[in-house]
Amino acid sequence: MLKYLVKRISATLVVLTLISMSVFLIFDVLPMDPARLTCGKTCSPAVVEANRHRLGLDVPVQVQYGRWVKGLVAGRSYGEGQAQFTCPAPAFGYSFNRHECVTDLLKTAFPVTLSLALGAFFLWLFVGVSLGVVAARYKNRWPDRASNVFVLVGTSLPTFISGILILLFVALKFGFINPIDLGKWVSPFENPIGWLNTFIFPWITLALAYAATYTRFTRSNVIETSSEDYIRTARAKGLSEKVILRKHTLRAALAPIVTIAGLDFAGLLGGAIITEGIFNLPGLGRLSIRAVLNDYDLPVIVATTMLAATFLVIMNLLVDILYAYIDPRVRVA
Amino acid sequence: MSAFLEVNNLNVSFPTEDGLVQASNEISFTVDRGETLAVVGESGSGKSVTSLAIMGLHNRKSANISGSAVLNLASGPVDVISANEEVVRRMRGKEMAMIFQDPMSALHPYYSIGDQLSEAWRLYNDGNKKAGFKRATEMLELVGIPDASKRVLEFPHQFSGGMRQRVMIAMALINNPALLIADEPTTALDVTVQSQILQLLKDMQKEFNMAVILITHDLGVVAEVADRVNVMYAGKIVEQGNADSIYYRPDHPYTIGLLNSIPRVDQLEGKRLIAIPGQPPSLINLPKGCSFRSRCSFADQVAEKLCATVAPTLDNKESDHFSRCHLTEKQLVAARGGK
Repeated sequence: MLKYLVKRISATLVVLTLISMSVFLIFDVLPMDPARLTCGKTCSPAVVEANRHRLGLDVPVQVQYGRWVKGLVAGRSYGEGQAQFTCPAPAFGYSFNRHECVTDLLKTAFPVTLSLALGAFFLWLFVGVSLGVVAARYKNRWPDRASNVFVLVGTSLPTFISGILILLFVALKFGFINPIDLGKWVSPFENPIGWLNTFIFPWITLALAYAATYTRFTRSNVIETSSEDYIRTARAKGLSEKVILRKHTLRAALAPIVTIAGLDFAGLLGGAIITEGIFNLPGLGRLSIRAVLNDYDLPVIVATTMLAATFLVIMNLLVDILYAYIDPRVRVA
Repeated sequence: MSAFLEVNNLNVSFPTEDGLVQASNEISFTVDRGETLAVVGESGSGKSVTSLAIMGLHNRKSANISGSAVLNLASGPVDVISANEEVVRRMRGKEMAMIFQDPMSALHPYYSIGDQLSEAWRLYNDGNKKAGFKRATEMLELVGIPDASKRVLEFPHQFSGGMRQRVMIAMALINNPALLIADEPTTALDVTVQSQILQLLKDMQKEFNMAVILITHDLGVVAEVADRVNVMYAGKIVEQGNADSIYYRPDHPYTIGLLNSIPRVDQLEGKRLIAIPGQPPSLINLPKGCSFRSRCSFADQVAEKLCATVAPTLDNKESDHFSRCHLTEKQLVAARGGK
């Protein structure tokens, strides 16, 4: 097991290195010049050059990459003399548009995205799996058909419709949220009620979309597992239907759900751009979309991309480890 | 004193969109403790359906079951067909147990062998997990699994097919059931392993004094272990009786055909194997008369086309030997001669 872990973790590090290199390369070949964007249309070439030097964009891409990696490990200073800024390790860079260390931007945005992702994750997992199990047990009877309606609504409504509907016709209409406070970040440790108030509707919006898929997936998995020979064996042992479902059917039926749930959750950790936008949540999604569309804020783009990729790779590793724990056949020597 | 299991006029049918599937009809037989009944027949002849009905494993909502299957327990007789489902459930694994055809898929892949065995034991015995594992180890030793104390911690995928079937047998017998139904226990196994498993079943039957119902389509298996035989065709018992009597004096053309189709070692090289022509009939809307007549090479010998109009009844041909055929004794002797 230890050997397996070491192998997997080193592979993960290699993947992350490759991802960071490709991200750097992609932004290097893009025909856009962040240095030009630092000042207006009437900028003199000299100022552009000076800014380019300050941004560290006047050196070849491999040198830029080297500096970036060094900054991650040891922290980094930008500019010279009077206009010098230092970002402590791990430094993802310095945003010259927002005049902040990228790491600080990430630190502010991440708790918002984490709150959003965690709450939505547990909500959709609970709703999706329970509805799926109920639908499977009452296959082709009214609970199954009712869940089917839910699935149809959930899958056919994109979050930019369902989010706006929920915001306008539930949250604002019944005064659950004061429009001024919309998307205000409050720490769950200081003000749990305020935190819930900020996130409950974004959670519902996201969970609606995801839970539908999970309902369908759980339903078909439970039905399929129920016809397995080992379920008949369990019945022949004299176990009650409740025990068979809980211990034998669900264990096998839910194992594949671990995989997709882990990856869906990791995807959300990278930022839910639309949902964060609708509910004005200052999370990673908003951070990256602003960096891409408005500011062309290269260090922020690189950092958010890296972060999203890292979550995905790490979650993948966690899922694999968890899966080996669930399914003994995967445990390789 | 009545036999341990008495099945009387058991019928199982399943309503489907295409019509009523009459999977098993007018099934009556008895099995006593220490006795082995072999149920023989091709796929779809109703062997498994009948045994699942005795185990109470059919969904009562999707299957129509009538008749009775009475287990004469020490505490009194219980008819598993009409008894409360919960009562029947509490008998499964304790009074009656079943092992299945494919040991590769019959064990839960995510639980250790010890977990699965001790789960079966703890259902009917007070004891913690440790006691359950101890009991599981004893059972594994009993069914001849070497290094049982180590292997009890392992998972099904670490066992070979034959070993898994031993595990299944250990699990079925862990609560000393009085009735064991073995549904083609050797079909999925290598020939060399087959005879080991059959020998094990025989030994276990002696050890626990069980009534055993052995479902198979392998007549070699029948010859090896059976005391009595039910030959099934299209959901009905077509011949029933003492194993020797059926082997040496088969009284039904289907049984004669089955016995003829066994390949023989001393057979001349290049000679084709003998097969029964045709296919078994669909179990939906069974034809009138004898269901075997379209494949029977002797049907034209019966007077007045009786086979096409009148369904034969299970008649006593000699002591402890019944057959469902219109042929006369003389015609049957001639038919056997073709063997």
